[in-house]
Amino acid sequence: MSLTDTTLAPAEPSRAIVFWRRYRRNRAALFGLVIFTVVVLMALTAGIVAPGDPLSRAGAPLTKPFVDMATPLGTDQLGRDILAGIFYGARISLLVGVVATLVAIVIGVVIGALSGYFGGWVDDVLMRITEAFQTIPNFVLLLTLVAILGSKIEWITVAIGVVSWTAPARMVRAEFMSLRNREFVDAARNLGVSNTALIFKEILPNALPPIIVYASVVMALSILLESALAFLGLGDPNYASWGNMIGQGRAVLREDWYCAAIPGVAIVLTVLSFSLVGEGMNDALNPRQKQ
Amino acid sequence: MVLPVTGGADNESCLMRLLLPPIVIYALRRLLQAVPVIILIMIGTFLLLKLAPGDTVDALVGDMGGADAEFIARLRQEYGLDQPIYVQLWVYMTKLATFDFGWSFVYEQPVSTVLWDRLGTTLLLMATSLSLAFSIGIALGAIAARRAYSLTDNVISTLGLVFYATPSFFLSLMMMLLFSVKLGWLPVGGIKTIAGFYTGWDHVWDVALHLVMPTAALSLIYLSFYLRLMRASVMEVAELDYVRTARAKGASETRLMVHHIMRNALLPVITLLGLQFSTVLGGSVVVETIFTLPGLGSLAYQSVVQRDMNTLMGIIFLCSIIVVVVNFLTDLLYARLDSRIELT
Repeated sequence: MSLTDTTLAPAEPSRAIVFWRRYRRNRAALFGLVIFTVVVLMALTAGIVAPGDPLSRAGAPLTKPFVDMATPLGTDQLGRDILAGIFYGARISLLVGVVATLVAIVIGVVIGALSGYFGGWVDDVLMRITEAFQTIPNFVLLLTLVAILGSKIEWITVAIGVVSWTAPARMVRAEFMSLRNREFVDAARNLGVSNTALIFKEILPNALPPIIVYASVVMALSILLESALAFLGLGDPNYASWGNMIGQGRAVLREDWYCAAIPGVAIVLTVLSFSLVGEGMNDALNPRQKQ
Repeated sequence: MVLPVTGGADNESCLMRLLLPPIVIYALRRLLQAVPVIILIMIGTFLLLKLAPGDTVDALVGDMGGADAEFIARLRQEYGLDQPIYVQLWVYMTKLATFDFGWSFVYEQPVSTVLWDRLGTTLLLMATSLSLAFSIGIALGAIAARRAYSLTDNVISTLGLVFYATPSFFLSLMMMLLFSVKLGWLPVGGIKTIAGFYTGWDHVWDVALHLVMPTAALSLIYLSFYLRLMRASVMEVAELDYVRTARAKGASETRLMVHHIMRNALLPVITLLGLQFSTVLGGSVVVETIFTLPGLGSLAYQSVVQRDMNTLMGIIFLCSIIVVVVNFLTDLLYARLDSRIELT
C-alpha cells in the first residue's frame, strides 16, 4: 500500500448505542427491563405453556401450589390452573396497557399540540375541557363509561384511554409552548411550511422524548385501572385477568390465600418494571439531571 | 395549579384593589375560573345520561312493571323528554345547580338524600388518607433527600417504588388476611360495630379502628408519590444559594431543613396534592367497596351494577364540586406559602 496512513477518528457511536450505554448504568432500570422482558415472554408463550382455555377446569379445586406438577402454582376454587391464568393475564394486561396508552397519548398529543401551538381562545377552550376531565374522578368516569358501553375488552381499553389523556396533554402543551417560537420553527414558517407540517414534522419530534418516558407511567396506570375494574367484577368475563383472579381469590382468602397473592405479586412486579424502565429511560435521555 | 391571572379592565381592578385585600380578589378570580369547568361537567353528565341506554321513563315504567304506550308517551311529555335537546339540557343544568339530581329508582329516594347520607364517610376517609400520605410522604422524602444515595435513602426509595406498584385492592386483601383473619386485631369491614351501640369516645374509637385498614390501603400509593416528589424537591432546593448562605451563617442542619428548605420544597408537593385529589376520590371506589364502608365510592360501584344512572351522575357532579373546592383551597394555601406569587 502506498497510501499514507490517515488516522481517522473512530466513528461516532449511534444514538441507540449511546442510549443503551447510559441506560445500562442504572442497575434498577436493568432489573426492570428483565422483569418487563419476562412478562412479554409470558404473554407470547401463553398458548404453548398452557394450551387450551385458561378459564376451564384443569385439576381438583384448591390444589395448593407445588403439589401437583400439572398445575405447579395450584388451582382456584373452580379448579382453574393459576399458572395458566398468570400467563394469559399477562397478555390481557399488556394488551390493555399498550392500546390504552396509545389512545391516551394520541388524544393527549392532538389536544396538547393544538392548545400549545395556537394559544389564544383555542388554548382556553381546550384547557377548560382538560380541566373538566381532570376534575371528574377518573375511576368514577371509567365506571360510568363501562356502565354505558358494556364490559367488552375493546370498550374497556378505549375507556381507560379516554380517562388517562389529560396529563400527557398538559405535557405536550408545555413542550409546544416552549418550542413554537424557536428559531428552527420560525425558519420553517418563513419557508412557507403549513401549520400542520410545522406541528407534526418540526415541533412534535422535538417534544416526543419526555412524552415517551411518561408513556411508561400511563401504561402502568392503565394496567392498574384494568385490574381494579376486573377485581370489582366489571371486566370482560371472557378473558383471564389478574385483577379478576384476585377478586375471585377474595372468597377463599381465609384458607387459600395464594389464589389472590400470586396474581397480586404479578401485578406489583409488572407495574414496578414499568416505573423502573421509565426512570432508566429518563436518566438516559437527560444525563445531566442526575449526579 | 396557579396560573398567571391576566386581564380585567384596569379601572375596575384599581377600584377593587382599594376596596378588598389582594387575597380576596385572588380568591374571587380563582372561583370565576372554575365556573366554565363546572358548566362543562354539567354538559358532560347530561351527554352521558343521553348516551346511556334507557331514560327516566323507562326506569319508571320498569319500576311499575309495565304500562301501555299512550301512558308512556304522556309520562315522556310530563318529564319534558319530548322537548328539544337544548331545552332538556337547560332544565337539567338548572336542576343540577340547585343540587337536584332527580329520583333514584333503586333507593326510592331523591338522589341528593342518598348522596348526603354517604358524603360524611367519604370525606372522613379522604381526610385521614391524605393527612397520612402527606405527612409521612414529606417526612420520608425529606429524610431520603438529606441522606441521598445512602442506605437509608435506598431503603426509603425502594419502599416508595413498591408502594407505588401495589394496587390498593391487593394491599387491602393482604392486610385483611394478616390483621383480621390471622391476628384478629382489626374489624374486617363496615364503619362501626353493627350491634355495638357505642356512644361518646367509645364510638370514636370504634370508627377509628374500622378506618385503619381503608386509610392505609388508600394512602400508600399517594404516600409514594409525595415521597418521590419531596425527595427530588428537597434535593433541588438544598442546592440553592440562599440555603448555602444560611449554612455559612452557622444554621444547624435541623434549622436549615425546617426553616429554610421545607417551605420552598413543599410547593410542588402541594400542587400535586391538589391535582391528585380527584384520583384519590376515584380510588375510594375500590377501597370502600372492599371494606363495605357506606360512602360515595361504594355507592358509585353499586349504582353501576344496578344501572342507577341518576345516582351515578349525582356522584360525578358532587365529586367534581368537592374537587373544585379542594383545588381552590390548595391554591390559597400555595399563595400563602409562596409570597412570590402576585395575587392581583
